[in-house]
Formats: sequence, structure tokens, C-alpha cells
Amino acid sequence: MQRVVVVGASLAGLRAAQALRKRGFAGNITLIGEEPHAPYDRPPLSKQLLSGEWPADKLFFHQREKHDALELEQRFGVRARSLSAATNEVELENGERVPYDGLIIATGARARQLMAAEGLAGVHCLRTLDDGLAIRAALEQRPRVVIVGAGFIGLEVAASCRKLGIAVTVVEPQALPLLGPLGAAAARSVLELHHAHSVAFHLGRTVAAVHGGGRVERVLLDDGSALECDLLVVGIGVDPETRWLAGSGLELEARSGGVICDRTLATNVPNIVAAGDVVRWPNGGQSELVSVPHWSNAVEQGNAAATRLLEGPGTAPFTHMPYFWSDQYDRKLQSAGSVRGSDPFEVVQGSLAGASFVGLYSRGDRVTGVLSSNAPAAFLRARKLIAASASLTEARAAFQ
Amino acid sequence: MKIVVDFDLCQSHGLCTEAAPELFELRDDGFLYVLNDTPAPELVRKAEKAALECPVGAITLKDE
Repeated sequence: MQRVVVVGASLAGLRAAQALRKRGFAGNITLIGEEPHAPYDRPPLSKQLLSGEWPADKLFFHQREKHDALELEQRFGVRARSLSAATNEVELENGERVPYDGLIIATGARARQLMAAEGLAGVHCLRTLDDGLAIRAALEQRPRVVIVGAGFIGLEVAASCRKLGIAVTVVEPQALPLLGPLGAAAARSVLELHHAHSVAFHLGRTVAAVHGGGRVERVLLDDGSALECDLLVVGIGVDPETRWLAGSGLELEARSGGVICDRTLATNVPNIVAAGDVVRWPNGGQSELVSVPHWSNAVEQGNAAATRLLEGPGTAPFTHMPYFWSDQYDRKLQSAGSVRGSDPFEVVQGSLAGASFVGLYSRGDRVTGVLSSNAPAAFLRARKLIAASASLTEARAAFQ
Repeated sequence: MKIVVDFDLCQSHGLCTEAAPELFELRDDGFLYVLNDTPAPELVRKAEKAALECPVGAITLKDE
């Protein structure tokens, strides 16, 4: 293998390129990214960047890591348009064809747009650095902010706005924020946290229309409420960025459009692997294909996909315990394992009414996930219990 | 090799303590402690994993 092409220049793609070098690959590596920027870290976008604590410079990985020795051929600001698996080439939107012997797909996901707001200025998703800079610039005008979607991104943006003293209204179709991901008990505590910081909510409501003459001025909800608005932030989920793979022969999941991988992160096409948010794979050998669109998974899959490309089918299966965190006001929420809002949830330390708690999710008698707030040491204890497939009884005893 | 932790960046995610329990410990006070900042050669790979997995890039490994 002489030439490896990595499509997608964010965390998973960068870590894959680094892993190739770390494992002694001396051939040519081309890193292709749609955004005009060098790889940067996304979690601070909704937090330190929006609140103005950090300048944009601080997000770039090359500020804290040495990238020169990687000798990457960098192609930033250009989209991959299509894949020709028959001729082993990636075609770029400028018509250039980039040949490869090995291909790593790390194109991540794109934010869903709010169709009702199409074409209006003052409407932003938050996925990229440019999105973050646009929202930050808008916040300097002290706008009236409406956020559609009370997921993690929406709520972090709400918290950052409140930190700046800017009024925020959140619209969410579910009855509680984060109801699906966390379940009713934890979701209520999240709602109370944001109420305590004067965030207004319209729960169980959807957007019927967005009005404005060129710029967003008003959001109309399905119950007839009208929200005056200068800045509309949309956080209604993401879809895998695989449009460029249509018709390539690469197997995509019908439901999500994600790239189907085996346990080693190999796709159905030889010498093509995938990493990060774009991947659907049978984690831990379970029959179901899952996506783990979180920071730690991107790091580990980048590393594992590069290893698979170099070492071939004998590579050990990639198994990952999901981990994510969310910073909202003075709370650091941490979660590990498989967390579903529909699973039983039990607080084993602290209280949901306070700032610090640890709660366990279970299926049958097994602890399967943890959600904690401001309890980092106890969180790690819970993580170990999940890794050991502990029973609920054992877990309760460990937190006595 | 010397392990340097930027405690202004550290947010006590604690993933380093799983990657390299011989080198890092997160105590009940919620703070991270470096148990040994000059790892023996057999622990260097674990130190590298800890640095790689730190969500805030707070761990750097310096050649001495």
C-alpha cells in the first residue's frame, strides 16, 4: 500500500492519519476536508467559543500537537464529490481525481436544516467553526434568541447565551429536553436547571413557520404562539455525510445513510475502512448496527480503522464503551455505556434536585449505562461496573 | 519522557485513569493526580493512550 486517502479532516480523520504514521506507514497520506480549516476540536464550539472564553485559534489541533512530522498532503476547502471503487479514485468537486490504494472514510455528519427557515439570514446550525463564529458574531448584537431542539447542542447554546446575559427561548417537540436520550427523571432535572437560569421553554411544540423579510423576525409554533426573534439556532440532529458515496457500491444503511462496517470497521469494499460519526457497526459483536457520534469514539475509531487498513482482516474487532459529556452552566454531565431514555434509571449517589448525582441505567438485572453530574470520581466507578457487566445489586452495594 | 498535565485545561474527565491507572488517579475530591510523571519504558504506550484520549488535550508528553 503506497497511497492512503483520508476523506474527512476532523477528529476521526486526523487521528486515523496520525495512527497510520505511528504504525510505520511511510507512503503518501492525503487528508481531504470540505471545510477551509485545518482540523479543529468541535466540543468547544457550543461552549468556550460561543461564550467568548476562547479565541478560535485555540480550537485547532495543530496548536497543541505537532503535525509537521506527519507529512500530510492537505486538501482543505474542497469536497469529495464521488467515489469510484472500480478505479480506486476519489473525485473532488473541482474535478480532480485522487487515486488511492487504501481509503479511510471519515466524513462525519451534517446538521439537519429547518426547512421552514430556508433562505432566511440569522438562522444557524452549529456544527462547524464557521457556524460557531457566525453565531458568536450574532450574539454580539444582543439578539433575541430562539433555539429549536432541546438536545445537547441546543441546551449548551442556551447555557452559553445565558452566560452572556442574553435571553433564550427553546422550542422542543418532546415533553421534556433530552427526554429520548436520558429518560423522564433526568430530563426533568435538566429542565429545572435551565429554568433556574431563566431559559423559556415551549415543550411539546413544533415550528409551524418562520417569518422574516430576508432575516428571521418571528417563529410561529403549532399552538399559534409567535416568538419574536433575531437569531434562530437549529439543533435538530445530524445525518451521516454519505451523499458523495451514492452509487459507489459501498454499502450504506437504508435507514440512516451511515456506512455499514463489520466489527473491524472494514466496509464491504476491500481496502476501504471508515471511522467516526459516519459509521454504523456491530459494537461488541451485537447483532444491531449502532452509531456512537461522540468525541472519544471518533478518536478510537480513527486509530482502529487505520490499523485495520494496514493489518488486514485479522485485526482485532473494535469494541467501544460510549462516552460523552455536556457542560451546562456549573454542571458537567458525563455519560458512559448504553444509555436509553426508555431504560430504568436509578440514582445511587446524590440527588437529581442537587448539582451532583450519579444515576444508573439498567436492562434486566445488568447495569448498562451511567449518567452523572459533577461527580467525576464516582462516574469512573460506575464506568468500571458497566465494563464488568455488574448486576444492579452489585452496583448498589458499590455506592453504599 | 515526562508527563505534563495542564491543570487549567483538565476537567477531570478521568479517561486517562483508565488508560494508565499506574500513572493517573482521580480522587474523591474530583481532582486528577499524576502518580508518576516519568513513566518507565513499559508504561510509555499507556501514557500515550492517556494523552490521546484526553478530551481536552490536557496531557502532553515531553521528550527529556
